[in-house]
Amino acid sequence: MKSLLFKTASDYLLPLLLLFSVFMLLRGHYEPGGGFVGGLMAAIAFLIHSFAHGLKETRNIIRINPGMLMPIGLLLTLLAGIAPWLIGQPFLTGLWFEEPFRFVGVVGTALLFDIGVYLVVIGATLTIMFSITETV
Amino acid sequence: MNNILVIAPILLQLFAGTILLFFWTKTQIQKVLSILFSFLSLGLGIWLFLLTWKDGIQFTHAGNWAAPFGISFVADLLSATLVLIASISGLAVSIFSVGTMREERLKFGFFPIMHFLLMGLSGAFLAGDMFNLYVWFEVVIISSFVLLTLGSTKSQLEGAIKYVSLNLLASSLFLIGIGFVYGLTGSLNFADVAVKLSAISNRGIINVTAGIFLVSFGIKSAIFPMYFWLPASYHTPPPAVSAIFGGLLTKLGVYALVRTFTLMFGGDEFLGIMLSIIAALTILSGGLGALLQKNLSKAFGYLIICHIGFMVAGLGMFTEVAILGTVFYLFHDIIVKTNLFMVAGLVLKINGTQDISKLGGMYKSYPLISILLSIPLFSLVGIPPLSGFWPKIFLIQGGLASEDYFLIAFIVLGSFLTLWVVAKIWAEVFWKNAENLPVKASGLYFNQMSKANQSMVIIPIIFLSIVSLYIGFAAENIYVLSEKIAADLMNPQNYIETILGIKTILP
Repeated sequence: MKSLLFKTASDYLLPLLLLFSVFMLLRGHYEPGGGFVGGLMAAIAFLIHSFAHGLKETRNIIRINPGMLMPIGLLLTLLAGIAPWLIGQPFLTGLWFEEPFRFVGVVGTALLFDIGVYLVVIGATLTIMFSITETV
Repeated sequence: MNNILVIAPILLQLFAGTILLFFWTKTQIQKVLSILFSFLSLGLGIWLFLLTWKDGIQFTHAGNWAAPFGISFVADLLSATLVLIASISGLAVSIFSVGTMREERLKFGFFPIMHFLLMGLSGAFLAGDMFNLYVWFEVVIISSFVLLTLGSTKSQLEGAIKYVSLNLLASSLFLIGIGFVYGLTGSLNFADVAVKLSAISNRGIINVTAGIFLVSFGIKSAIFPMYFWLPASYHTPPPAVSAIFGGLLTKLGVYALVRTFTLMFGGDEFLGIMLSIIAALTILSGGLGALLQKNLSKAFGYLIICHIGFMVAGLGMFTEVAILGTVFYLFHDIIVKTNLFMVAGLVLKINGTQDISKLGGMYKSYPLISILLSIPLFSLVGIPPLSGFWPKIFLIQGGLASEDYFLIAFIVLGSFLTLWVVAKIWAEVFWKNAENLPVKASGLYFNQMSKANQSMVIIPIIFLSIVSLYIGFAAENIYVLSEKIAADLMNPQNYIETILGIKTILP
């Protein structure tokens, strides 16, 4: 798209939306949000950028092939699932740090799981949208 | 016994699929890794089976929430055996697809999706709660959609549309059934539901619920009159995919039927009659359909339907001996049907066609391979002492005990029809004089393949034939196993008490 307004706005929107997506990811455990919504939001941030600057530019920003985010995310979720095995607890038992971290809040395996979901969603959405953009 | 490692077979397949995703375009690495992971999963399957055999039911509650609130994964003897058998045919298919799958299909992620499919299957066998069973069913069918359409030829897409639409219908019915059960009992855990359903006096509404499950699982396992999608779709994908579909997918429906109709809806007279009639018609329509087919894979597709009928018949009789027959048949059928579709794939590789009337002279040109292929074919018919013979004995025995002479007649008729189909295939494909077949432009013929690839095609067929021979010649071991499973299924007391961790008294 050649609109100057859109291009300029997208430069500011990309970091803002990405920040917001991380915010959504972190607040997700007890409040509305979470890995899925956060991931969609991050994917939208990259999509807007690709509409404004072209696919090549966006691929340069992301650096790795978005398809690779899917297995990475899946591995993280798997890790979050089997981490309790180490202390003899069943699959997917929530393990938490005692003290809450500053800004992030209470951290546990649920957050790791959510980060995995976040990456899978970004990877899947971007792969779908990029391949549609490439074929059109 | 509480054991946190019960879900390891599921997680191993998830791990395998995930690792394979990293090597999306590097098909050589995928081939090696897939076989490696399949061997590992076979090892895990054996471990879980031996553990269950020695120590009884193994279970874990995911997230450490006790049943019936948490999600239970339960490995009783039936589940553990099925996980083991699924990993056996998974290994065979993995090796077979290394030999036969075309490079361009492998590049679209055949191996990762195959491992996700196997994950769904082991998940469904180990699920201890209805909604999870539904989720694993979804994992299985979504993976199967991808495998079915991989390569997107016209016939594949046509088959896939029928397959997808009917399977989605089945899934939504399953979900409606789950809604009914939840409304009736307020629980979804198999053990808990079994206890609470037995306390409900309104049998009518339970039968309606059971009917919904019957239709849903019936579509998935291709029983009469809901089997039309199977012969329309199973011959379209590459042989390796057909093998895993033919061997495992319909049997998943049968497993779900066995599980729900013994644990939750067991022993109802009306349902017994329904199942018996459906079984008889399934046997008849599958057998007659197979007789008419000119395409090898299509004929095998109809034979799947025919033999699903045997298993449903055992469920309809609902005596311990009959259930024993059903379970025994299930084990034999998974191995033999996986093998059959690989055989069909090998015939296609050698001759370039699967048209029975055009094929011929296999015995003359490939005598050793023909003798090998005779093992799965005659195991299917059940010529004693091959593996198909024993479960039918128990089914007939069960019929005699419950005086279901009508079903016995159909089982004998079904065996006869199977014999007829296999004899016809043997005579036409192996004994008849060969015609000169037109040479295909695309794809590699068997004798053009490298020696390594040729052995990759032959080895899994030999492997599954050996397993089939074992089931046939060491039938005593399988009999003891099936007897124990049947006893557990008919008296679910132990299952329920172990999962819920309390003493309950069923009326």
